[in-house]
Amino acid sequence: MGTDCACCSDEKSKKLLAVIEAEKNTPGSLIHILHEAQEIYGYLPLEVQKTISEHTGIPLAEIYGVVTFYAQFSLKPKGQYRISVCLGTACYVKGADKVLDRLKSELNMDVGDCSEDGKFSLDACRCIGACGLAPVITINDDVYGRLDESEVPGILAKY
Amino acid sequence: MQIYRAHVLVCAGTGCTSSGSTVLFEEFEKQLKDAGIENEVKMVKTGCFGLCAEGPIVVVYPEGAMYCRVTKEDVAEIVSEHLVKGRIVNRLLEGAGEVQKEEAAAEQSHFFKKQMRIALRNCGHINPENIDEYIAEDGYEALGKVITEMTPEQVIDVMLKSGLRGRGGAGFPTGRKWDFARKSPSDKKYVCCNADEGDPGAFMDRSVLEGDPHVVLEAMAIAGYAIGSDQGYIYVRAEYPIAVKRLQIAIEQARAYGLLGKNILGTDFSFDIELRLGAGAFVCGEETALMTSIEGHRGEPRPRPPFPAVKGLFQKPTILNNVETYANVPRIILNGADWFAGIGSERSKGTKVFAVGGKIKNTGLVEIPMGTTLREVVYDIGGGIPNGKKFKAAQTGGPSGGCIPASLIDTPIEYDTLIEIGSMMGSGGLIVMDEDTCMVDIAKFFLTFTVEESCGKCPPCRIGTKRMLDILTKITKGQGTLSDIDDLYALADAIKSSALCGLGQTAPNPVLSTLRYFKDEYIAHVVDKKCPAGVCKDLMRYTIVADKCKGCSLCARNCPVNCIQGEIKKPFVIDQDKCIKCGTCMDKCKFGAIVKE
Repeated sequence: MGTDCACCSDEKSKKLLAVIEAEKNTPGSLIHILHEAQEIYGYLPLEVQKTISEHTGIPLAEIYGVVTFYAQFSLKPKGQYRISVCLGTACYVKGADKVLDRLKSELNMDVGDCSEDGKFSLDACRCIGACGLAPVITINDDVYGRLDESEVPGILAKY
Repeated sequence: MQIYRAHVLVCAGTGCTSSGSTVLFEEFEKQLKDAGIENEVKMVKTGCFGLCAEGPIVVVYPEGAMYCRVTKEDVAEIVSEHLVKGRIVNRLLEGAGEVQKEEAAAEQSHFFKKQMRIALRNCGHINPENIDEYIAEDGYEALGKVITEMTPEQVIDVMLKSGLRGRGGAGFPTGRKWDFARKSPSDKKYVCCNADEGDPGAFMDRSVLEGDPHVVLEAMAIAGYAIGSDQGYIYVRAEYPIAVKRLQIAIEQARAYGLLGKNILGTDFSFDIELRLGAGAFVCGEETALMTSIEGHRGEPRPRPPFPAVKGLFQKPTILNNVETYANVPRIILNGADWFAGIGSERSKGTKVFAVGGKIKNTGLVEIPMGTTLREVVYDIGGGIPNGKKFKAAQTGGPSGGCIPASLIDTPIEYDTLIEIGSMMGSGGLIVMDEDTCMVDIAKFFLTFTVEESCGKCPPCRIGTKRMLDILTKITKGQGTLSDIDDLYALADAIKSSALCGLGQTAPNPVLSTLRYFKDEYIAHVVDKKCPAGVCKDLMRYTIVADKCKGCSLCARNCPVNCIQGEIKKPFVIDQDKCIKCGTCMDKCKFGAIVKE
């Protein structure tokens, strides 16, 4: 990230402050604000959480507690291409673990990691509901279904 | 109003969108224009038809021809043959190449024959983003009837008499839940909808939300009238972007038509609905955790009592029903309690939607009358097991449920019978397993899920499930002992009786039910150090049968860790210490000389 640190960028913080301003008086809006903040910054670094805390009056500890409770919120930046391997039951029974193993070895990284060049990040996700296509992976908004582990290198080569 | 001579319905559910239906829709529009018939044929984006395995699916009316696995290239043929010349394209029909090519009508196909659609009646039939299509199918008529002709007590009475029970898992009678909330005095009450469908392998609720979002809004308003509430919340998974978008559209349309908001249909009744997005926590499907999450906190369950009907969301009386439960409500109001109570079996009324997946031909969504047997679901509707394999078990109820073995395949699917045999109805995931599935590994899979998703508030769940997972891991590595199995029982008992919430209390079920029906597999892992299904890597060995090996060296050249040695034209040998059990050698061998045991 370096000098153009995400949370210092003016445009982004303006957007965030607008979201907080619009939502802060709605009861129970913290999760919604965090969703929006993650949409703006790509992840939820501590600085962003501090900003939310200052402007909503919710203690930072509580915000951090919520962020770390839910799987969708990330403290680490994600890759340009976010790979998610569905590990729902239908996909698991049809060999999703083999697809995941192949991705790990091809990318030489573990679940939750982001590659050094920031290109790929790898996550395991719960059922995305495309069980008819099991096993399924998603790369950003693209869905690849009825997969075989041997197709993994070919798919990665597209990015 | 414009009259069209044909309608082309393209499924825009998550399953078919994933297999490319958006491209098809654009291609159809283009081809229709090229053929000059874009004013004669109406294109509609619908919700899920249910046959996700055959997607993307396109249905052409008035014939009701259901085309499966349609590709962009097929579109031109459907347009020129079917829509221009009126000849159905047989090769693309559902079931084509198998038996009944002439069966064009979707209603007649084997997949749909044994089904009965109440909750899914509009899915795949109407455009979910158009409120007028919902209204044309008697939409919002039940709400109108309730607020102009019935008292709240009468509404609750109908729900009680219908026998509708919660479709989210536990099966609590819906009418009684509403009655409790009605009788709790308070200045403010809430109606919540649980659309946090967290069970892996279940997508019934998502299909209703994507295919028929208005039915949920209408039912929530009816519930609001019944209990005396003016505010509803839908808690929906953020992982379902299409469902979220359609719900937002539906809420805006309903507000614009005066079907949500102040003084609905000119009466004193006001009711509005807000969406709340989840953020990926399975425990938020538990009712008290869900409410804590709507309040903006960590989604941890609260002890009950007080029950939500007394003290729920923001400490006010609240009812929470699941999506499918709501989807039944307007029909019950319109057709009457007796109609609904006449469907299904003695103790379980109505229908149940199942997301059928795993090792089965027709994966997808089915809605069956209660009391249908598992055999009918797997073989008649599901088309049986692919690749000539044997049915081993079906798993229902997700991480809270259990496995139903082949010996009990004739069990009728009802709330109580499933509990008696150690599983449960659950929210409707039904995963079929064949002989290649290791039951110890499946138990481990679910426990891994529970351990990761445990919220950590109570020790029995946080520590107990972790200990059970440790033991299962040990067993699948071939390091288990018989006393480990006794420990599993002891831990399961302790967790069941002492965990804080329903999810914790049911977490040991996958282990208990596999121990009940497949104890021999556990024994094989522990005593013989073998995995009968050939899944657990640490218990597997690849060996080369000397008699069959021609010494071609193909396996050795493909082995990623170079653990196969030998001389050309003489039998090769695998070094077991180095082997990583990847199976590449077995796939590559042309002589079937490599065996897995």
